[in-house]
Amino acid sequence: MTMMTKLLGAAAGLALSAGAALAEPALIFDLGGKFDKSFNEAAFTGAQRWAEETGGSFREIELQSEAQREQALRRFAENGNNPIVMAGFAFGNVLSEVAPDYPDTKFAIIDMVVDAPNVRSVVFNEHEGSYLVGMMAAMASESGTVGFIGGMDIPLIRKFACGYVQGVKAVNPDATVIQNMTGTTPAAWNDPVKGSELTQAQISQGADVVYAAAGGTGVGVLQTAADEGILSIGVDSNQNYLHPGQVLTSMMKRVDNAVYDAMEAGTDLETGINVMGIANGGVGYALDEYNEDLVTADMRAAVDAAAEQIAAGDLTVHDYMSDNTCPVE
Amino acid sequence: MDKMPHWVDIVVIPLISLLLAAILSALVIIGIGEDPVAAAKLMIDGALMRSAGWGYTLYYATNFMFTGLAVAVAFHARLFNIGGEGQAMIGGLGVAVACLYIPWPNWGIALIGATVSAAIFGALWALIPAYLQAKRGSHIVITTIMFNFIASAVLNYLLVNVMRPQGAMDPATARFPETTHLPTFQDMFATAEMPLFRGAPANVTFFIAVAACVLVWLLIWRTRLGYEIRAFGFSESAAKYAGIRPVRITVITMLISGGLAGLMAINTTMGETERLILNATEGAGFIGIAVALMGRSHPFGVFLAAILFGFLYQGGAELALWTNIPRELIVVIQALVILFTGALDNMVRMPLERYFVRRRKGEA
Repeated sequence: MTMMTKLLGAAAGLALSAGAALAEPALIFDLGGKFDKSFNEAAFTGAQRWAEETGGSFREIELQSEAQREQALRRFAENGNNPIVMAGFAFGNVLSEVAPDYPDTKFAIIDMVVDAPNVRSVVFNEHEGSYLVGMMAAMASESGTVGFIGGMDIPLIRKFACGYVQGVKAVNPDATVIQNMTGTTPAAWNDPVKGSELTQAQISQGADVVYAAAGGTGVGVLQTAADEGILSIGVDSNQNYLHPGQVLTSMMKRVDNAVYDAMEAGTDLETGINVMGIANGGVGYALDEYNEDLVTADMRAAVDAAAEQIAAGDLTVHDYMSDNTCPVE
Repeated sequence: MDKMPHWVDIVVIPLISLLLAAILSALVIIGIGEDPVAAAKLMIDGALMRSAGWGYTLYYATNFMFTGLAVAVAFHARLFNIGGEGQAMIGGLGVAVACLYIPWPNWGIALIGATVSAAIFGALWALIPAYLQAKRGSHIVITTIMFNFIASAVLNYLLVNVMRPQGAMDPATARFPETTHLPTFQDMFATAEMPLFRGAPANVTFFIAVAACVLVWLLIWRTRLGYEIRAFGFSESAAKYAGIRPVRITVITMLISGGLAGLMAINTTMGETERLILNATEGAGFIGIAVALMGRSHPFGVFLAAILFGFLYQGGAELALWTNIPRELIVVIQALVILFTGALDNMVRMPLERYFVRRRKGEA
């Protein structure tokens, strides 16, 4: 009899703990690590904000090896964590295999489309945000030459570059845009020294505004631009504060909002493709006390007008990834 | 006469080294305010108490067996092959070429083809340093480590410019066709009522690794070539006097070593990711050095040490999943084990040796 009660008690305890775990979302960072001052950190900020506002808690893991991608997904799913959010396109391959095994668990993947009934694919219209900062760059430039420094040479970053060039040319059709990619491997996301060298090279070619879409490499771009007295444009998070008065603006990609929304929705997470553009606050430019002296009233008026047109659908910015070409150079 | 008993050498010394590493790791965990006993329980639970945990432990162990054997074989000829990493990368290229460009009818034949291809690619990558060592006297430590960098650059170039499918973001090849899918432990052992090894990456390659352990043992201690390798390792001049050709032994040993390292790629590339990615080796080539040191260059020792390191990797993943111990500290814990079992081996060995020698002399 006592044995029986003990067993029942244990079973009840297990059921309770399982119930408690059910509400807990999980967040998986990519190999770059949680504190990269850019993409992963934005995801962490969003989760942190959710935890502070709701008093909830979440599980998180920074991966150490490729094999752990699948492992982390499965272990969190088996533990009852729901929804499971992952930051980065590199999870796409694994998630498309794992998701069907856990039909009751909701997954959210950022920057990649995975077609499964229980997956929310969050993609951003980076070309729209880049278009806006491109316009600002062209208006702030005195030499008529602006620069773009990308991280790893992948279609996603070319999408940034293409939107940026379109924005520049919309303001000044005769402007020159110098484009450089930092590298072709994931190491290019975290190479501030190379970023700095590329910035120097672009300055010597006459660029007086540079846009860095390069993760951790961008820190070197912004630093060199500030040292040399030219303007720079940050990316993903608001990086204006890094060099007050010397960063023209930042192209905000609200990864934090995407993570926040997914955790907020909890188990009721709406699946399917979720496009975050200008219209729903997914991308935009940053304006705060650090750059308000740099952004003139004309600039704001022009950019805000363009943003409204894009949101309303009157102005279309070409998406590089739709056909792997860019209409302007 | 001035030797300690064999069992001390192979059992007591590794155990004491492990114990020291465990104590230091515990101090590190206490230092960041976590509970070391709970952490140890979590590691053991996660790595050894669930079949899926074993699936990961054995998956990592398979990698370490191949690279450990590679280092061990070279050690017997007193060649320090630290190029396992590069040889495994190029081995991966061999696997990818075999899997992508040859239409295999089923996985069994594909496995044989990929095995041969991986071994040849890995062996050829070791051939150049071997030749330079044998003919030119360029030190093998320097050349093999340089070849690691060349291998990574070659792979980088090929994945980015040649083998990447159109429009893909990852620097990786396309997925291998279905017919090259290796059966995982889940496919082999799981039944409807016993869902064993769910999702774990351990696959049939594990048995190849075990077979490689046996074959290496046969080679080193039961063949003429193995005898020559060992003789060459003990004394090059004596070996020469006995008619053993140094160039031949150096080159053959390194070919075997490189081939074994290359075989690792079957496990990671064909067995797990099923496409070739940039960092498929993930440092296993270097872990192999620690595995070979700890295993005393004996295949059975390598087998056990590989499983220990597999446990550390999988246990580390469990720590990362369920505790707030940052991943950097998990690497520290893994490094402590390597430090004590590999690099600081003599710290435990010398006092013990003195103790046993003195005791023997006392007896005599």
